[in-house]
Amino acid sequence: MSGVVPRIELRAITKRYPSVVANSDVSLTAFPGEIHAVLGENGAGKSTLMKVIYGVVKPDAGQVLWEGKPVVVHNPAHARELGIGMVFQHFSLFETLNVVENVALGLSGEPPLRPLAQRIAEVSQKYGLPVDPRRSVHSLSVGERQRVEIIRCLLVNPRLLIMDEPTSVLTPQAVRKLFETLRQLAGEGCTILYISHKLDEIQALCTNATVLRGGRVTGHCDPRKETPQSMARMMIGKDLPHPQRVAGTPGEARLVLADLTQKSPDPFGVRLDDVNLTVHAGEIVGIAGVSGNGQQELLSAISGEVPVRDRKAVVLCGVNAGRMRPGKRRRLGFCFVPEERLGRGAVPQMSLADNALLTAHRYGYVRRGLIRFAKIAAFAQTCIAEFAVKCGGPQAEAGSLSGGNLQKFIVGREILLKPKVLVVAQPTWGVDVGAAAFIRQKILDLRNDGVAILVLSEELDELFEVSDRLAVLAKGKLSPVKAIRDTNVEEIGVWMSGMWPGAAGAAPAHVSERHAPQA
Amino acid sequence: MRLKLEARPEPSRLMGYLSPLLAALLTIVAGFVLFTVLGKNPLQAFHTFFIHPIRDLNGVAELLLKASPLMLIGVGLACGYRANVWNIGAEGQLTLGAICAGGVALAYHGEESKLLLAPMFFAGALGGMLWSAIPALLRTRFNTNEILVSLMLVYVAGLLLSWLVHGPWRDPDGFNFPQSKQFSDGALYPILVEGTRLNLGFPIALAVVAMGYVFLNRSFLGFQLRVAGLAPAAARYAGFNASRMVWLGMLIGGACAGIAGMGEVAGPIGQLLPSVSPGYGFAAIIVAFVGRLHPVGILLASLLMSLLYLGGEAAQMGLALPSAITGLFQGLLLFFLLGSDVFINYRLRAVRPAVTPAAAALPV
Repeated sequence: MSGVVPRIELRAITKRYPSVVANSDVSLTAFPGEIHAVLGENGAGKSTLMKVIYGVVKPDAGQVLWEGKPVVVHNPAHARELGIGMVFQHFSLFETLNVVENVALGLSGEPPLRPLAQRIAEVSQKYGLPVDPRRSVHSLSVGERQRVEIIRCLLVNPRLLIMDEPTSVLTPQAVRKLFETLRQLAGEGCTILYISHKLDEIQALCTNATVLRGGRVTGHCDPRKETPQSMARMMIGKDLPHPQRVAGTPGEARLVLADLTQKSPDPFGVRLDDVNLTVHAGEIVGIAGVSGNGQQELLSAISGEVPVRDRKAVVLCGVNAGRMRPGKRRRLGFCFVPEERLGRGAVPQMSLADNALLTAHRYGYVRRGLIRFAKIAAFAQTCIAEFAVKCGGPQAEAGSLSGGNLQKFIVGREILLKPKVLVVAQPTWGVDVGAAAFIRQKILDLRNDGVAILVLSEELDELFEVSDRLAVLAKGKLSPVKAIRDTNVEEIGVWMSGMWPGAAGAAPAHVSERHAPQA
Repeated sequence: MRLKLEARPEPSRLMGYLSPLLAALLTIVAGFVLFTVLGKNPLQAFHTFFIHPIRDLNGVAELLLKASPLMLIGVGLACGYRANVWNIGAEGQLTLGAICAGGVALAYHGEESKLLLAPMFFAGALGGMLWSAIPALLRTRFNTNEILVSLMLVYVAGLLLSWLVHGPWRDPDGFNFPQSKQFSDGALYPILVEGTRLNLGFPIALAVVAMGYVFLNRSFLGFQLRVAGLAPAAARYAGFNASRMVWLGMLIGGACAGIAGMGEVAGPIGQLLPSVSPGYGFAAIIVAFVGRLHPVGILLASLLMSLLYLGGEAAQMGLALPSAITGLFQGLLLFFLLGSDVFINYRLRAVRPAVTPAAAALPV
């Protein structure tokens, strides 16, 4: 492509934080009309690099060339003036305002709302991003909210669009729609920087890729000419490990949800509607679905953090536990790995030993009201050793561990408590590939030992890897549960938008049993 | 070159310990400036303020006497503060403790046996707990802000005491002064050192500090309080009862303040007056923070604060300065502590103005 001026060129960008070098000597070039992947694991420095382009972060060294000219991007407003748009992984929308109002807030001045709504409708029409400008944001699904963010960028005709992990919140079908829009944009000459760690998506979409590992560039490639294995090696430096599973026979019902209906304490939360589910000893049931469809509500109803009015709605090991508090449920053999590691699963300012005590205290680590320090430190040490937690020992602060290591510690702690029922939310969210495979293997091992396990995850690949049976939670309702061999990503994807056979308002696409046969 | 505050990767432990010392030092420096501006010889003023009060045994006894309620209340408040329960009404809980203990003393007026101290002690503790139970109840039932409620109850308690000593409990032989009868011997703490006012209240305060240490750092209940303060969601996740933590934090603070109030009327005062404390309940908040919410730190901080009280009195007499000087020094100390605490989470770094990266590489 000699002769064509690159849309954006980064030369030897370096950004240091007090404890980590986020980018070291990173260079990247993207031409007009190119969909360029920025590939790397969590913590590889992708987001920092994009924030440099968008003017959120100032680099310590290196330079940015915009259409051939050196620029210093002062702030996001400046970036937008230049023609750079960015869709963040976490949206910045006000739930109580409607779409037009939210878009207007992102524009300079006080644009009149009526013509703006007209413009939004036009853009959404042109790029196949259907969204009603008059709707309140809190009533929109996550996919629709993402569309609002994209439309907000497109209104100013960007020449560079940065997408940060855009598909982590979308169903497979919505991902395909998004890709169509992105290809259309690229066809019009817009450059797209596409950040992801999902290799299949990058192969399907991108024509060029820059791979980051540990803040450095480890390779450039054309994803269409690579295999997922070769790209994974560039990304993590070794081959992707795969968990092993063996056939098993489920035993008695350990966790039963019977007509669980619960209003959310959060005004913008989701109401659980008539959820029925049984998890047996020795099986893993997966629950797919995009976050914000009742996952938080379901988890806190099962854990007891928000007790249920009907005591029979949650049955743990044969005991009606609906009204029990978390402590009582744990005494029945219930263990739980929550989605938020810092501040919920662990106290960041406390040592690992103290954090072990958080849920292990029922197992003889407290005598006459006093903590048995030596014993709990030994327990933490066991957990660190068995689950290969990289840290400075039981006295290391939880907050000083990387996400993956802390997750290994929390999962390890809950597993070492010998649960009868284990519930795990987003087991590998923000965890590097190696640690993720390790955690999945440990969960599978626990299933083989006869524990009833419920896994909630946004990652469909993960659910298909570990689950015996699978259901979808959408808009607070639970789909039928299907054995993993009787379903596929395609079907679960359709269900993720609430369209399963028998669901209210859904045209039944397939005929299937209400409950999957139990082995 | 300019200076920049930069977030530390993790909080500095060293600064956590250094910060109170730095604050004390800065307070002294500011005091030096203040005395100079007021036209006093600063060295002499310092001698009057910090050395003169503790020059003899009696001075040391006074230091410990005033430190007793401060450490007692400070430890009690620290239990709540660790759990993010912000009881700032210890002054009112102290007053209620004094009223209840004083009520017992007056009811058994004439009793010479020191056994009377036991019911007075419990009445004091109960009174303080009762007063702190109000904000605890309102917070757990209606999610009311305990800071406001506990603070406002200070003034209610003060008015209640005032009404009692002006009305029903006024000494009939007291020439109409608003004060109760002098307590009889049985209702007074025994003196520890002959010729001073140092009494049994001091070892009791020390014992409570020791118990506070075990409770906060060794007991599971103390652990629960700390978790509730640091990460409420983690406390809920682990199954700790949040409202129990609020109750616990409030009641411990109230009990300690009540015991301190009992110690005042059974100690140096020996009767009920319209006011039974020179602001110990508020000063103890500063003590708790200067002491890093740690019992040993609180012990040391209470001695410093007590010295400020004595120094303030000495400065009034020796230097003809107004009584506000005590509050001023307390305020300076808290101010500098909060300022120094910034450096626990941040550090100063000198940054050179960055050379515009683009300018260096412009095409020629």
